[in-house]
Amino acid sequence: MAPTPPKKKSRADENVPEAADLIKYYRDMLLIRRFEEKAGQMYGMGLIGGFCHLYIGQEAVVVGMQSTITPKDAVITSYRDHGHMLACGMEPGGVMAELTGRIGGYSKGKGGSMHMFSKEKNFYGGHGIVGAQVPLGTGIAFASKYRGETNVSLTYMGDGAVNQGQVYESFNMAQLWKLPVIFIIENNRYGMGTAIERASSTTDFYHRGAAHGIPGEAVDGMNVLSVRAAGLRAVEHARTKGPYILEMQTYRYRGHSMSDPAKYRQKEEVEKMRTQHDPIDSHAKFLLDGGFADEAALKAIDREVKDIATKAAEFAQNSPEPPVSELYTDVLVEAR
Amino acid sequence: MPINVLMPALSPTMTEGKIARWLKAEGDAVKSGQVLCEIETDKATMEVEAVDEGTLARILVPGGTEGVKVNAVIAVIAAEGESVSASAAAPAAAAVVAAAAAPAAPAIVASAAAPAADEPDMGETKTMTVREALRDGMAEEMRRDENVYLMGEEVAEYQGAYKVSQGLLQEFGARRVVDTPITEQGFAGLAVGAGFMGLRPIVEFMTWNFSMQAIDQIINSAAKTLYMSGGQMGCPIVFRGPNGAASRVAAQHSQCYASWYAHCPGLKVVSPWSAADHKGLIKAAIRDPNPVLILENEILYGTSGAVPVSADYVVPIGKAKIVRAGKDVTITAFSIMVGKALQAAEELAKIGIDAEVIDLRSIRPLDIDTIVASVKKTNRLVSCEEGWPFAGIGSELGMLMMEQCFDWLDAPVKRVHGLDIPLPYAANLEKLALPQADHIVSAAKAVLYKN
Repeated sequence: MAPTPPKKKSRADENVPEAADLIKYYRDMLLIRRFEEKAGQMYGMGLIGGFCHLYIGQEAVVVGMQSTITPKDAVITSYRDHGHMLACGMEPGGVMAELTGRIGGYSKGKGGSMHMFSKEKNFYGGHGIVGAQVPLGTGIAFASKYRGETNVSLTYMGDGAVNQGQVYESFNMAQLWKLPVIFIIENNRYGMGTAIERASSTTDFYHRGAAHGIPGEAVDGMNVLSVRAAGLRAVEHARTKGPYILEMQTYRYRGHSMSDPAKYRQKEEVEKMRTQHDPIDSHAKFLLDGGFADEAALKAIDREVKDIATKAAEFAQNSPEPPVSELYTDVLVEAR
Repeated sequence: MPINVLMPALSPTMTEGKIARWLKAEGDAVKSGQVLCEIETDKATMEVEAVDEGTLARILVPGGTEGVKVNAVIAVIAAEGESVSASAAAPAAAAVVAAAAAPAAPAIVASAAAPAADEPDMGETKTMTVREALRDGMAEEMRRDENVYLMGEEVAEYQGAYKVSQGLLQEFGARRVVDTPITEQGFAGLAVGAGFMGLRPIVEFMTWNFSMQAIDQIINSAAKTLYMSGGQMGCPIVFRGPNGAASRVAAQHSQCYASWYAHCPGLKVVSPWSAADHKGLIKAAIRDPNPVLILENEILYGTSGAVPVSADYVVPIGKAKIVRAGKDVTITAFSIMVGKALQAAEELAKIGIDAEVIDLRSIRPLDIDTIVASVKKTNRLVSCEEGWPFAGIGSELGMLMMEQCFDWLDAPVKRVHGLDIPLPYAANLEKLALPQADHIVSAAKAVLYKN
């Protein structure tokens, strides 16, 4: 009897995550959701100042991408960064305390919502200037290659950043030097209040590397498993061949920042995304339908992450303001 | 009519050069576009092509001659049927001889004063150009630390737009001497990102003028991240390149950035004058864990001075240097203006005024103590800079003197600076727009009420 030919596995099959991982994605997305809701609430109470850009609606992007990398790989993004930090494993209390400007925050209260870092978790910010993180993330990949490593740099940007000149300067150098960087364009359809069609001559952003020969693909950014599948392809390419572009088609439910009433889009549009494409609801349905988890398990997760968000908020309110002695520290590294 | 072939200027700052060799001999026919000879400047060896047709009748400056002044007659081409008499060529030849014998251009003479003001701890020295001092400083630090690398436009294959990185590619290879595309914002940001990861990039801007394309990355990313991260991560990086006016390159390529960058906390800014300080400060800058900006000067690149041989010679950032001691008036300057200040001091000495000249070397942090101590002695201050007056280094010094030694001042602080205009191209206007030794002499006399 002839041996049965090995069954050809599709790429997706090879990378089907374990049930525990599938549940973890749900938890991680929900944690970001609950954390951001809490941040929004605290902003309303005057506990968080300045700009505060919430990630609600886009959770599948960072959670899916984070599942494709190792702790040695680096992450850098713009100012809509809370979700990225939580996905990187940074302490919710430390993130929230930075939002409230307290000493317990990741930057001792001196950076705020848009400027947070964790060298320990390989999270390189948190950058407030649209597009500026793109050369920085390319440089992180440059350092990796310089040292003969294959660690990748996940360099996130929004759809608003893709028209910045320095993004193309980075694309060019990344491909020229075959740097291990993945440019992740989080296309949430609005650069602040301007719809992508009103800001960009072409809106198929995954093509934006074509002039430099960088492969790109459009991804359903509202589906954590689609993100993960594309992320795995991109990471493999980046480690061995050079840069890759992922356009994550996603949506933010809230305004650009807390002070944005979002009058530039129809309520129905937001409602449709929330009810039909919510990344957390749809993943919950996937878990239930597939028998990976039951209602009770998901409820327990919800209680757990709500509790984490509440504790983070408490920590952020109880942590003292930075002492005046911090005013002049960290301007320069003092001579050793 | 025979045609005189003149020594060409092959760069904006070239005043003289060496005729390396002739490719045509006397009596050869020449056609336009054919290479007549090769000329070595301080930056490169260039071929000089004939523009006119005829016979190369005479070569007036033989191959191998150094110090041939720009515009000296170096050869004569005779048109068809013409002969060139010896008498016609003679005066030109004489002029060349005189030029070859003349000392270096006046602006450079001042740097000869550098060895006289040497600091005692220099040890064994070697005379070299500022260009070589910078290169040696980089090379030593690259040997010392694998994380140090150089990146910028034309730094590798071309050996540096101003030949500062000469030989580095050959020693360290393309991994550590990286030619970039012409994308200042991109590569400045890329280097800052590499700095976040613990590399120690040296970013060369072909000139600081182009750093305006990259200023967001220098200030928002390099200077502020340490603070914004609560001390978790900073950026050990050096940005360097020529600053200020070179020669006849007009408004967009002739700007001084000292006050721009010195304004920003989180940056260190140095601007050396002597060859030794160029080496000592670039080494200090590379070793510093913070972003350090080195504002060099194209005209100084070719000047020479005694430079310590030791690889351990590091000049601390933040220390000014008294390059000429005096008791009547304090003159502060940095970069090329130090030479002009010393020239002015010599002029002042002739009329009995004993000026103290301080080379600031470091703009941020500024060595306020040294300046204040000097002003408490002389009771008068003249500040010199090439940049614009408004919110300039001189403005800062004036305010500092009010704050720190108001009661010691016997006259208001006087500023010598570039005129408050975009730098004009025309030679006469350019000269008027840039601060000269004469202006410093006048300012010093004014604060001594000797006009």
